[in-house]
Amino acid sequence: MRVLMFGWEFPPHISGGLGTACYGLTKGLHSVGVNDIIFVVPKAYGDEDSSKVNIIDAGEVVISDRIIDYRTFFQQMRFIEVGTALRPYSSPEEYEKLSLEDQERSKYLIQSSFSGKLSFSGGYGENLFQEIANYAAVASIIAYQQKFDVIHAHDWLAYPAGIAAKLISGKPLVVHVHATDFDRSGGSVNPGVYEIEKAGMEAADKVIAVSNLTRNIIIEKYGIHPDKVVTVHNAVEPLTNLELHKSERTINDKIVTFLGRVTLQKGPEYFIEAAHLVLQKMRNVRFVMAGSGDMLNRMIWRVAALKIGSRFHFTGFLKGDDVHHMFSLSDVYVMPSISEPFGISPLEAMQSNVPVIISRQSGVSEILQHAIKVDFWDTHAMADAIYGILKYEGLPRMFKLHAKDEVDNLKWEHAAEKVKDIYHSIIN
Amino acid sequence: MRTICLYFQIHQPFRLKRYRFFNIGNDHYYYDDFLNESIVARVAERSYLQANKVIRQIIKEYGSQFKVAFSISGIALDQLQLYAPEVIESFQKLANTGSVEFLAETYSHSLVALKCKEEFTRQVEEHRQKIKELFGQEPRVFRNTELIYSDQIGADVADMGFTAMLTEGARHVLGWKSPNYLYCNAKNPRLKLLLRNFRMSDDISFRFSNKGWSEFPLTAEKFAGWLKKLDKKEETVNIFIDYETFGEHQWMESGIFEFLTALPGVIYRNTNFSFKTPSEIAANLLPISTINVPYPISWADEERDLTAWLGNELQVDAFNKLYSLTDMVNTISDEKIRKDWKYLQASDHFYFMSTKFFSDGASQAYFNPYETPYEAYINYMNVLSDFSIRVNALAPGIAASDEIAGLTQVIAEKDALISKYESELKRMRSTKTKIESVSKSPAKVSAKSRKTASPKKEKTKSTKAGKK
Repeated sequence: MRVLMFGWEFPPHISGGLGTACYGLTKGLHSVGVNDIIFVVPKAYGDEDSSKVNIIDAGEVVISDRIIDYRTFFQQMRFIEVGTALRPYSSPEEYEKLSLEDQERSKYLIQSSFSGKLSFSGGYGENLFQEIANYAAVASIIAYQQKFDVIHAHDWLAYPAGIAAKLISGKPLVVHVHATDFDRSGGSVNPGVYEIEKAGMEAADKVIAVSNLTRNIIIEKYGIHPDKVVTVHNAVEPLTNLELHKSERTINDKIVTFLGRVTLQKGPEYFIEAAHLVLQKMRNVRFVMAGSGDMLNRMIWRVAALKIGSRFHFTGFLKGDDVHHMFSLSDVYVMPSISEPFGISPLEAMQSNVPVIISRQSGVSEILQHAIKVDFWDTHAMADAIYGILKYEGLPRMFKLHAKDEVDNLKWEHAAEKVKDIYHSIIN
Repeated sequence: MRTICLYFQIHQPFRLKRYRFFNIGNDHYYYDDFLNESIVARVAERSYLQANKVIRQIIKEYGSQFKVAFSISGIALDQLQLYAPEVIESFQKLANTGSVEFLAETYSHSLVALKCKEEFTRQVEEHRQKIKELFGQEPRVFRNTELIYSDQIGADVADMGFTAMLTEGARHVLGWKSPNYLYCNAKNPRLKLLLRNFRMSDDISFRFSNKGWSEFPLTAEKFAGWLKKLDKKEETVNIFIDYETFGEHQWMESGIFEFLTALPGVIYRNTNFSFKTPSEIAANLLPISTINVPYPISWADEERDLTAWLGNELQVDAFNKLYSLTDMVNTISDEKIRKDWKYLQASDHFYFMSTKFFSDGASQAYFNPYETPYEAYINYMNVLSDFSIRVNALAPGIAASDEIAGLTQVIAEKDALISKYESELKRMRSTKTKIESVSKSPAKVSAKSRKTASPKKEKTKSTKAGKK
């Protein structure tokens, strides 16, 4: 069986959980026998792990007019032009950069270079919609050139590519919903993004949701028939011993960590309110907010206003090893997300033996037992859980014994088995 | 004549309210009155009162031919007195018929038997008094919380003066032996043991309304038929179940009350079994052998062990923290402290922290106010933190008072040393003046005074040390 996959990013060049999940899934598929995968990304850097997949750089595909009429295709898609404020999934650095820029761009115009290739930034930038469109154009060419049995598109950025490939090849399409715009925007959905998401789900033969939470959103908000939507929970890559280093503690205080983008979706303000509550009762504890995002400045103001700055620290964006370093220093990890389709970081924390508190509004809470679950708005419950873990020895001891086992049993192979079944169900 | 022994357990814990760490030190009331009242009122109406009515009817019909035993935990009695006093009255009426025996247990339905013999004895005594006060009976047979039993617990119970005790006929303890005989304790053979026939008991309490069960529906005739089929030599069948089986675990609509109503008549007519109370059985039958139970057993789960209460780190930690307060609490007579001490010991608090039921939430969901074991643990530990602050305030901690006593002793020793040096100093001063007065040569005097100077120095040094 040959799978044509469209993604937006692939490790090590990632800005969120999407690339990691795609990588894990392809590896898992490889080990369950689906070992012929073409993975298309808008921009390949050359250092991706291509041992399990065949990576195609969309920017290296030659476009020629005789193959597709790309404009007609996008008229069918009913694109809606959106303002420049749209930055759907910006990484913090890009955000910084972009907020300084203010430029007019002509949209939906293929700017191909001399060779007839399209250039992609591969990020989540300003001209995202144009890139998505270009990506779809390239996808149809790839679909024309390659032989495959099933198309698998990851997240809305790649749906148009998936749809285009399906139109050209007539092969069945699976769209994999890692997040919806309802999660990202906290309810105020961008109509352009919504259109693309809905079109992708409707065009698909099967829709994979990363949690039941997401599955419900797909059914209720996008009007997709329940029979078409299947939940396949994500998994986590096992840590190699190299990453399991234990950092020396330089302070005696307990450390409570928030790690993630500081955006509305992640609920950073609830973490601060809980910290404030805990600090009224406990002194030997410090709170760390690791990450960056458009709410960071507001969060710093809030911490200052609550006068807890001496106990509350901001690290900015953490990458790679620093993440594991932060985990190894932490006594509690808190994920207060308002809406989290899955949420892989608590699993990473558990791999590092850190007890986790997660919001019930996260997909990962559906599969975890050895985690404390609270409603994101219930800062008292959150504070109580933090206090409990720091104060009562039974909890960290319990977590150490069981949480790592639990997370080690969440294997990508299990997820891949389910995906494989889905492929088989739609191929004939 | 063979016997059947019916024994029903009644217990309701005082469930804790949501108690955040903010409450620690500020709020000393721990219980969720609304939840407790609504549960007790519901169970009283649907189960206890209905079942008591049926039993009263049976006794009216068969008189002293019908016997039944109850064990009602002290905490359950407290709650019934608070929220459903009519249930107490109804039991008092049953007590007056003479067909009903009340058993002893720990007041708190606690796990104290595993921890401390003195406290165990004290709690049993407290329960015994409560039963005597309410029902005018002096219990002679003991049943421990959740039928927890080991050789040591049995020996402790014998020391309290009980003649018999109830426990589980656990398969891993009995091996090839049958539970349908009277046994005795391995350490003290004078303590008789009645073992629960778990298959026939669970047929009523768990499987009665299970439509997937091959024996469904269970009728009194069928049940009596099973009794008849038992080996002729077997002497007693002990049916020990929760009283909530009637009307709560098995709903009224399942026909459970009709089953109970019909059972005695069918057993009289179809079999040669007669109803007896545990103390009658202990007095009439001869123990067939001793039973070795080195590790505690209970009537819970497939394993029949303690893992539902003390199976994980949360439970063990909470359990040890609680009982580390025992000595201190027992120096306090404050009524509120004593009451909370009783209520916090209920085994249910530890049961709520069990992680065994992750796979089948159903059996735990029953009356469990917590969504996860972690929540249960944090809430309990918050309450316990407040409780131990209060206990420490009222009983100057034993550790602290030891330290104070040690310091006082040091001070006393130093004081003695100081006064000794003072008197020495006085004596030397007086000799010095004497010497001065008698001295003729000034050189001699200076030599003498140098001599007296040295003990002086020593003295100042030691007083300094003493002050430290």
